[in-house]
Amino acid sequence: MRRSLLSTLKSWSQPRNLVIGVPYLWLLAFFAIPFVIVLKISFSWMQPIQPGYAPLLEWVEETRRLVVSFNFDNYQVLLRESLYVDTFLYSVKVAAVSTFWCLLIGYPMAYAIARSKPSTRNLLLMLIILPFWTSFLLRVYAWVGLLKTNGVINNTLLAMGLIDEPLTLLYTDFAVYVGIVYSYLPFMILPLYSNLEKHDLTLLEAAADLGARPFKAFFRVTLPLSMPGIVAGCLLVFIPAVGEFVMPSLLGRTDQLMIGTVLSAQFFGARNWPVAGAVAIVLLLVLLLPILLFQRYQRRELEAARR
Amino acid sequence: MAERVVDRHNEYLRIEGVSKRFGDFAAVDNVSLSIYKGEIFCLLGGSGCGKTTLLRMLAGFETPTSGRILIDGQDMAGIPPYERPVNMMFQSYALFPHMTVMQNVAFGLEQEGVDKNEIRRRVDDMLGIVKLGDFAKRKPHQLSGGQRQRVALARALVKKPKLLLLDEPLGALDKKLREHTQFELINLQEQLGVTFVVVTHDQEEAMTLASRIGVMNKGQIVQVGTPTDIYEFPNSRFVADFIGSVNMFEGKLIEDEPAYVRIGCPELETTVFVSHGISAPPDAQVTVAIRPEKIEMSRTAPASGENHVTGVVKEIAYMGDLSIYLVRLPAGRLVRVTIPNVERHDERIVWDETVHLSWHSSSPVVLIQ
Repeated sequence: MRRSLLSTLKSWSQPRNLVIGVPYLWLLAFFAIPFVIVLKISFSWMQPIQPGYAPLLEWVEETRRLVVSFNFDNYQVLLRESLYVDTFLYSVKVAAVSTFWCLLIGYPMAYAIARSKPSTRNLLLMLIILPFWTSFLLRVYAWVGLLKTNGVINNTLLAMGLIDEPLTLLYTDFAVYVGIVYSYLPFMILPLYSNLEKHDLTLLEAAADLGARPFKAFFRVTLPLSMPGIVAGCLLVFIPAVGEFVMPSLLGRTDQLMIGTVLSAQFFGARNWPVAGAVAIVLLLVLLLPILLFQRYQRRELEAARR
Repeated sequence: MAERVVDRHNEYLRIEGVSKRFGDFAAVDNVSLSIYKGEIFCLLGGSGCGKTTLLRMLAGFETPTSGRILIDGQDMAGIPPYERPVNMMFQSYALFPHMTVMQNVAFGLEQEGVDKNEIRRRVDDMLGIVKLGDFAKRKPHQLSGGQRQRVALARALVKKPKLLLLDEPLGALDKKLREHTQFELINLQEQLGVTFVVVTHDQEEAMTLASRIGVMNKGQIVQVGTPTDIYEFPNSRFVADFIGSVNMFEGKLIEDEPAYVRIGCPELETTVFVSHGISAPPDAQVTVAIRPEKIEMSRTAPASGENHVTGVVKEIAYMGDLSIYLVRLPAGRLVRVTIPNVERHDERIVWDETVHLSWHSSSPVVLIQ
């Protein structure tokens, strides 16, 4: 028994296992443990004094009893109050529409980059990544300057005589879409590019040889083969977009919140950590679905590539 | 090498002075060719000789810089690949990885707008012909190399093209499978009556498959002929050297009669008597080419003194069916001789033996260029 324990310890200290262990330790420290803490908070009662929530288990000395106090109301309130359901649905809608536009704009861009000369390819990719070098907030504020009633877009259109009075662009759904699509476009383009760039172009020649016009060949060959890239790109945009809270608070409507905003308001504004925790857990569970989908796709692609 | 009959009245593909230039480099240089209905024509040449570029021009993937390509009398200029009456089998097979075998084969027919039931019937027939009926539902990555090759063939043939272009069709197969597939290809071609244009760098492949071979070098067709023509009567040093192995000796024309010629070869330290006339200026510098299997080797001197040299065996390579000997002549030149291992005799000639080499007066080929 002792021997086997010793050998187990020995096998752990193998370099190979140490290397594999690092990401697991990372996930444990920065995902699993925080997740358990948030889960714990989401089931506890709110209390006005620090740390803001009551413990789940408490040893009461006078009665010599262990008091277990679970609070399921944090979850029930999410269903009871229409605010939460509404914001959830609205967030999913905003994320879905933004993802759709990202795909529509990003696919042709990724395609063009993948089919351009290798020398220009790096330059174009650089241009895609370049905006990341400036502050995210700064770029969103720049959109405020562009979209506001007295902003660059309205002033230009007025000067050209295309409109008679300024359009309401800022603080609309449109502004949120613009902000999200603009910010997340690289997350759509990069996985699509890395997929499209690997395509064997003789497949298109084969399609042409068999009588398919370029348009048809694209839909029968290129598009299905780029499906893994499409799925990866869509998830990389959709998942963070659902929880987005900067864009709706700076560019969005004041009468309609997104779930990220609600979460932040509960956490920092109302200081209701248990409800904020419940929102976070539900959000995570909702997003788990597309993540699992993504993993299934990745696994399938890996299996096909291994052969 | 069974020669197949070529019907020269039935021209199907005509290539007229076609060139393809990439900048200053002429990948294909003024090629003219006629290919007849129902034949298997092989474009044979080393890598970079322009054979694949020529094939791609026939398929429509490249545009000739100059010249014309006519298929069945119709000029192909400006006609895109998807409207040409030809199909191509790609070297990499280019099977659609996301489609099953059946979907791959059906793809071309769907583009033609063929009726669904008709597609199913023709795909089933074709898969039966290439013996892949049981694999219809598989994806390409679930198939072996030989099976993929047959899918590629089926996909191209199901469209019933009049002309099938094959780019190194057997290149990705191992030797045993390649030999087997060569004969299958010929049978299939005869069965369906399709004209094949095959590009290959493998002379054995060309010899077995082709009714005629066009040897290419540096973008030009250097000789066109049946496999026998190309092997027995090469028209240049390049062809003689490229196809099979050959002993070549520099020489000078000494006697030039209509019925025979005599050539002085310093390397052989003798004169070579050739029993047919050639057309060359007197005193011309020529090359005498003799195939290794056409040289006889023995321990005793042959009866006739003509076309006879002696040498010492320096190398022996036992290949099983035959043995290759390298014999050094007194002047230092090595001569390659192949002897079929007909019997399991113990009297084989061994290293450092002095041997007599002789050949029939009709065997040497005299090359002027």
